[in-house]
Amino acid sequence: MLQVLYIFIPMLVAILVPLLYKRMNNIHTGWFVLAVPVTLAVIYTTYIAQVSKGEVFTAELPWIPSLDISIISYLDGLSLLFSLLITGIGSLVVLYSIFYLDKHKEKLHNFYVYLLLFMSAMLGVVQSDHLITLYFFWELTSISSFLLIGYWYNRDASRFGALKSMMITVGGGLMMLGGFVLLYLMGGTYSIRELIVMAPNLVDQPLFTWSLVLLLLGAFTKSAQFPFYIWLPDAMEAPTPVSAYLHSATMVKAGIYLVARFTPIFAASELWVWLVTGVGILTLFWGSFFAVKQTDLKGILAFSTVSQLGLIMSLLGASAVAFHANGSVDTIKFAAFAAIFHLINHATFKGSLFMIAGIVDHETGTRDIRKLGGLMSIMPISFTVAAIGSLSMAGLPPFNGFLSKEMFLTAMLALQKFEFFGFETWGALFPIVAWIASIFTFIYSFYFVFRTFNGNYKPEQLTHKPHEAPIGMLISPILLAALVVTIFFIPNFIGNTFVKPAVQAIQPFLYDSPQAVDIHVSAWHGITPELLMTVGIIIVGVLLFVALPKWQGMYQRFPQALTLNNAYDKIMQGLDVGLNRISRRYMTGSMRHYLLYMFSGITIIVIGSLFVKDAFSISFQGASPINLYEIILIVVLLIGTAITILAKSRLTAIIGLGTVGYTVALFFVIFNAPDLALTQLVIETISVALFLLAFYHLPKLGKREERMRFQLNRAIVSIAVGVMVTLVALSAHSQKLIPSIAKYYEETVYSLAGGGNIVNVILVDYRGFDTLFEITVLGIAGMAILAMIKLRMNRKENTHENK
Amino acid sequence: MKINDVILRTITKVVVFIILTLGVYLFFAGHHAPGGGFIGGLVLASGVVLLYLAYDIETVHKGMPFDFKKVAALGVLLATGTAIGSLFFDVPFLTQAHTYIDAPIFGKMGFSTVTIFEAGVALTVVGVVVTIILSISEDE
Repeated sequence: MLQVLYIFIPMLVAILVPLLYKRMNNIHTGWFVLAVPVTLAVIYTTYIAQVSKGEVFTAELPWIPSLDISIISYLDGLSLLFSLLITGIGSLVVLYSIFYLDKHKEKLHNFYVYLLLFMSAMLGVVQSDHLITLYFFWELTSISSFLLIGYWYNRDASRFGALKSMMITVGGGLMMLGGFVLLYLMGGTYSIRELIVMAPNLVDQPLFTWSLVLLLLGAFTKSAQFPFYIWLPDAMEAPTPVSAYLHSATMVKAGIYLVARFTPIFAASELWVWLVTGVGILTLFWGSFFAVKQTDLKGILAFSTVSQLGLIMSLLGASAVAFHANGSVDTIKFAAFAAIFHLINHATFKGSLFMIAGIVDHETGTRDIRKLGGLMSIMPISFTVAAIGSLSMAGLPPFNGFLSKEMFLTAMLALQKFEFFGFETWGALFPIVAWIASIFTFIYSFYFVFRTFNGNYKPEQLTHKPHEAPIGMLISPILLAALVVTIFFIPNFIGNTFVKPAVQAIQPFLYDSPQAVDIHVSAWHGITPELLMTVGIIIVGVLLFVALPKWQGMYQRFPQALTLNNAYDKIMQGLDVGLNRISRRYMTGSMRHYLLYMFSGITIIVIGSLFVKDAFSISFQGASPINLYEIILIVVLLIGTAITILAKSRLTAIIGLGTVGYTVALFFVIFNAPDLALTQLVIETISVALFLLAFYHLPKLGKREERMRFQLNRAIVSIAVGVMVTLVALSAHSQKLIPSIAKYYEETVYSLAGGGNIVNVILVDYRGFDTLFEITVLGIAGMAILAMIKLRMNRKENTHENK
Repeated sequence: MKINDVILRTITKVVVFIILTLGVYLFFAGHHAPGGGFIGGLVLASGVVLLYLAYDIETVHKGMPFDFKKVAALGVLLATGTAIGSLFFDVPFLTQAHTYIDAPIFGKMGFSTVTIFEAGVALTVVGVVVTIILSISEDE
């Protein structure tokens, strides 16, 4: 119970933030907010000891018990690791933001409310054991991320980026919801733990593949995988603390988390292995390749994040291969370990790099790498941090990136040794692509740090005079950079405490407890193929980096029309224009068209179901004989109708209509309905008089006397409607299922109601309720006519409300 | 040109009474014979309309100083009132009661709450129809 409430602490504090901002405006609101992630981080630290032994903690808060929906917080190795990342990096980011955002110029209350909302949502995503609440928190991260990207909402680019990320991630989120619902249909439970237990039964279900694909769509859109990564570079319009927090350390890892969490369920599927590994490796290559093209510091980091996420994703895919391997190739076991390990490493170095990019932006006024250079002696501390982060990103010792990259290469090399799922033929591609991608990673890492801090100092292109950032802003990146180095020297401590419990959660089919994960990380493990590959990466990378000015121009030749951003723009625009065109085609505004749609729709539905359901039948049983009067009246009626339709003059049509009305009254007479006949006569008289009135007041201009034009489609629809009504009437007459209740009225009209006129007694006594409202209708009609006539505005004045 | 409509007015003076009597007859006959509140109301309204046709609005208004909007409202009130009234006798909404009494002169007579309901219907119809026709004819 308390454990569930921890998730909501940031959200509850968010309520107070505007108050603090308004009342205590001499203190930066961030200081109050800082307490939240720090407290939570401390709380979650207390769980480490037990969770690393393999214990799990669950707490439940019922939400909608009748629908079996409750908020379940489930803390195992994987969720705890993510929770610590969220609160730990969250603390550093809040600290950084205190110095980054000016307390007088910025709307801090908005910023911190969104940030805290996001923190809650993210904690909810990683701790939820319930599919529906997981989805709830998932969409909350999309919404709060949308708000944070659009934080500077008066900039066009911010709004565009926010909308784009919203469209893509929410679209993916909805797909994921579909996947969740299918999982529920298959397993009969919303609990992920229970689904994992029954995973072997799910594989053969027909819905399994669908749920797999839908769930992956959610994970890929959120984690910026190919081809959905396009929102991430545009999300760089957010304030830098947001980019550091959401778009490097936490939200983009929600998809990673999802894939890791569901690996035990889906690992049995070949499709899962290929999709996750394939899309991951493709994203890795694509992101690293295009990172070198960028000229914006945060753009480079965005593409680098995309690429690193692809790396983690491909490792998770490879970890699913271990499900099938049965110990044949032992090194594949490194995959899950490497994925989690790299996830931690990436959070540390990418967080620090984003913060440095923010510092450079803050102190020089630009993020354009073409204007920057030679800042090394001006900002030595920032340079050191940036260098540590970049070299770690490039995968060089003595930084933690080296270790995870080695393990990544180990896992990729292991993939080609499998002899199922087509790995014997295509498996060899993985290490090659990984190697090429690593070279590009190396290049952009160097590109990032040396183009910014080395080279020529260009003061004339900078708006501010650059100087070292205030110490408060530097604390967070320095701490992260220190972690980068520390992790290199104590990888096994990190491995035992954080990574192994998470690996056990990803691969419960391999390990019973975290201690069973038999992996030892060592910085030096002899001359192995992966070490040789790293040496190759460094040599080729350095050569290509030196030659960068010669070949960077090739990116410009890449046609703009073939980019994914262009495709996205075209799709959005096409949807906008295309849907507009479609609706403009049928929403003509002409009442005649709408009537045509309605009548043809009704006819098709009714006649169609008459025949599909085989409901049409004719029987003349119980029909009365036809006598002469009826025939005469029908002829008169037909003549009246024909006159109404075919008349050239409107006056004739009105008279024709009157004829029809009086004939109907005569029908009432011969069918023994004196009340109806009386009423019909009077009402017909009044309505003909009103018609004549309307006719008299027709405007002179349009009063041309001409016959109604013949139009085939209208004729067809009218005839169809007539046929429909006839068929329905015949069928209804031919199959009476229950006897009429008229007999009851006949018997009781005098004894119960004390009357002789059945019609009237029904109207006022048996079913007086109807009459009550009919006279109300009449009253309203009279009132409305009065109002329309009396309250009409004078045409000369008051035509505009504003006058 | 002044129109001499003395014939119309003279006939109207006689005919209106016949029409109004017929309306009242139809209203009261409704429970046992063709007629009832709706038709009765329509016939009464047509009598009034005939008056308006033969004379001008001011003259008729002087003779019959009713506001027909209020007549319609009164009708709806009567109908709803009988419906609600039944609630006070612990029976469902709109339950009608009737009884027969032996009056000294008229003999056996039927009394029924239905008559009040019908009166509501009739007054509404008269009010609404006259209001509609008056408001249209007063419009320019």
